[in-house]
Amino acid sequence: MNDLEQLASDAVKQALAHGASDAECTAAEGDEFSAVVRMREIEKLTEAGSRGAGIRVLVGKRAGSSYTSDLTKEGLERMVKTALELATITSEDPFAGLPEEDQLGSVGDLSLYDGEISRLQPEWKIAQAKRTEEVALSIDPRIANSEGASFDSYLGMRVFANSRGFVGSYRTSSCGISVTPVAKHNGSMERDYWYSSARAASRMESPELVGKLAADRALRRLNPRKVATQKVPVIFEPRTARALLGDLFDAVNGSAIYRGASFLVGKLGETIASELVTIVDDAILPGLFGSSPFDDEGVRARRTVVVERGVLKSYLLNSYSARKLGLKTTGNASRGLSGNAGVGPGNFFIEAGGKAPEKIIGGVRSGFYVTELIGTASNTVTGDYSSGAAGLWIENGELAYPVSEITIAGNLKQMLMDLREIGSDLDFRGAIAAPTILIGEMTISGH
Amino acid sequence: MGLSQSFFAERFGLTEHNLQQYLNESLSAGGEYADLYFEYLSTSAISIDEGIVKSATEGVTLGVGVRVIAGERTGYAYSDDLSPEKIKKTARTAACIARGPASVVKTGFEEAQRHNLYPMLRAPHEMGLIERVDLVKRADKAARAYDPRVFQVQATYADSVRQVLVATSEGRLSVDRQPMARLSVTVLAKDGNGVTQSGHSGGGGRVTLEFFLNEKTPEHFAREAARQAIVQLGAVEAPAGEMTVVLGPGWPGILLHEAVGHGLEADFNRKGVSAFTGRVGQQVASPLCTVIDDGTIGSRRGSLNVDDEGNATQQNVLIENGVLRGYLQDKLSSRLMRTKSTGSGRRESYQHIPMPRMTNTYMLAGQSDPEEIVRSVEKGLYCTTFGGGQVDITSGNFVFAASESYLIENGKLTRPVRGATLVGNGPEALKYVSMVGNDLELDEGIGVCGKEGQSVPVGVGIPTLKIDRMTVGGTAA
Repeated sequence: MNDLEQLASDAVKQALAHGASDAECTAAEGDEFSAVVRMREIEKLTEAGSRGAGIRVLVGKRAGSSYTSDLTKEGLERMVKTALELATITSEDPFAGLPEEDQLGSVGDLSLYDGEISRLQPEWKIAQAKRTEEVALSIDPRIANSEGASFDSYLGMRVFANSRGFVGSYRTSSCGISVTPVAKHNGSMERDYWYSSARAASRMESPELVGKLAADRALRRLNPRKVATQKVPVIFEPRTARALLGDLFDAVNGSAIYRGASFLVGKLGETIASELVTIVDDAILPGLFGSSPFDDEGVRARRTVVVERGVLKSYLLNSYSARKLGLKTTGNASRGLSGNAGVGPGNFFIEAGGKAPEKIIGGVRSGFYVTELIGTASNTVTGDYSSGAAGLWIENGELAYPVSEITIAGNLKQMLMDLREIGSDLDFRGAIAAPTILIGEMTISGH
Repeated sequence: MGLSQSFFAERFGLTEHNLQQYLNESLSAGGEYADLYFEYLSTSAISIDEGIVKSATEGVTLGVGVRVIAGERTGYAYSDDLSPEKIKKTARTAACIARGPASVVKTGFEEAQRHNLYPMLRAPHEMGLIERVDLVKRADKAARAYDPRVFQVQATYADSVRQVLVATSEGRLSVDRQPMARLSVTVLAKDGNGVTQSGHSGGGGRVTLEFFLNEKTPEHFAREAARQAIVQLGAVEAPAGEMTVVLGPGWPGILLHEAVGHGLEADFNRKGVSAFTGRVGQQVASPLCTVIDDGTIGSRRGSLNVDDEGNATQQNVLIENGVLRGYLQDKLSSRLMRTKSTGSGRRESYQHIPMPRMTNTYMLAGQSDPEEIVRSVEKGLYCTTFGGGQVDITSGNFVFAASESYLIENGKLTRPVRGATLVGNGPEALKYVSMVGNDLELDEGIGVCGKEGQSVPVGVGIPTLKIDRMTVGGTAA
């Protein structure tokens, strides 16, 4: 057992000794490094480490929780005592409990940690950020300014222990570069960004690629038009499709389901999307941001098919929402250091289709290609969806001109059924991932 | 309250000599300025869901952040261990930003000017746990009693006290104790046809539990959340396209936060990346508009006695009669722009570098009767409740999401419509303000503002406003 595992199991033991009938403890530590470069000069350097722990106790069917960043003996004793005290004021919840013992366990190493990152020198890290910005600034004279480029890295460990005999830990690492160039031309000023991050240093994309993509994205937004209000086909590129899929995650979240707070309540086994659509949550894909060997309740990680060719196959559940719904946990428990677990994604993604994104654009006579969503209002209860958007207008199968200051709106229920094309360009840049998708019709609101 | 009576002196034995040492260490490799931000945050939250008090959590985080400024460069490091050795090591890490001989730190500290905006009679931990449980139970009961169609209620009461000490290499010292409390309620209602809708309400500020016993009760927030859910049950599709929009008083002031507030933060303007860059003195709104950012209003969510760099907060005029007057400044930007801090340097925690941020942003009341404003609109949309919003400060395009709106037809509010976003362009949108009500209200105290990954509490407010042209993002084209 490592130090942090020892600390977590001791806290659990202490809670039991003081009257808890069950207990679970999470502990985490991490070191962060961040360098921001702007207009070729270092702007900010941050370097620090932190630790913390949290406990949740059950006294019969009552729960109490607390957390602390003070990991001294006294700090931890206070943490346990506080959680037990709080368990005297909460109500009896017949469904409160820990996961069933046969669900507990770890799938083992998923290549989430790259020791190489700890050996990267600060000078090299700063140079990556400088290079990324330099590439972006030198693409075109219209890239006249920059909000900066950054290099960030993180090394951490997460530990979980409970009173049913589970103790486990895993290390994670990440590093990434990003840049936000600003383009200016004829009184128009637009920015965009691009980034690459990975769990291993060797899998990070090059500063050349990231800098160029960011600059090209900012440039193509210059001198946008506002279009007329109309109903047209809408294509989401992977970056915006992923945001849309995040809104759908909220609707398959078991906590929303048992409360009756999702438009997908009672739809298991029914067709909820076009038959092109298969959506998977997979926490055991090696080396990805949504992967972990066990969830935040110590339940073995797994792959769950959520939607299969349009049919809703499963919700995503922690042990509590599973008990409420008479189902089994899917290993999607998620929490910070303390409190009752919520539900979070593993790698939640739409399976890639067969079509190249250019082909999908090529099939649209007049439509909108969304590259940025801002201020999205997505109502999980009704499915109503409305969002500020920017992107490019499609004319006769080609990206014709930039468009901004408009909104796109629809209803997620209809949008899922009306999902007509899925691209081949699935790329995991975070825990939620999607390829290019085409939705048959949405309302564009402009002038 | 000086250092010797401060929380950090009592609890951790922190002395002026310590502070001096840490600052010397921070400037040991040069640099013009350094500061230390000590923070001890204790939080508490209790929630009811399905009529069951399912969770109660308390926690403590503490640490110190050390910042060194050398020209335009900032070095930052933090530690959650307050032992002198660890703090000195943290200071040396932050010092790496500078490369040169040590700079001299001013000897001795002077206490900074500060307000007294949130006197605390009792600290939250002195209040009974039972009183907190009672608040969420009352909210649950009131929401269910409002209408039989209400079938789910979630209510959370959360409060915190943040102990802060800021010491700078210029010899400024400030200490503050910052309370915060919030009660929020979410309600689901279902009609006979199975249509389900939600409603949300909440509020609070730099107050303690008594506020919810004496001023804004759990019943107040619960009924408001239930009312919204019930109204939404009868809502029709929202319209799409450009139209006249009337914003009700209070929380719809999020318009100002997104349309102008962020774009006037000095860091963006110093770097020339805001749509408002170089526009001081220009007309950016209708002459009816005067917009203020004010961190000095008693007990408000966005208020602070001193900002997170130890400067007293102020009342800052951003736009006066439609003319842009100035930016929100922090230490770094004001140094580089050769002006003064406006007391707008804020940060989420000791783990974060301060930035210019808003506090409470509002528009001064005008002359018009709110009813008169609605009567003057032949066809348009009246919005009273909002979810959130976002802005692209470079293009100036902003979005905010209305969660309760009504169609205006021939000067009368008719049907409620479903949620929709509103979109506009910052330097242009307020030019279309044609009537300003005499009914300025501030919001109930629920706003959270995000910038570069840092969240801070803020407030907003407006009187009833008529905007002649704005794009509404519904589905009914």
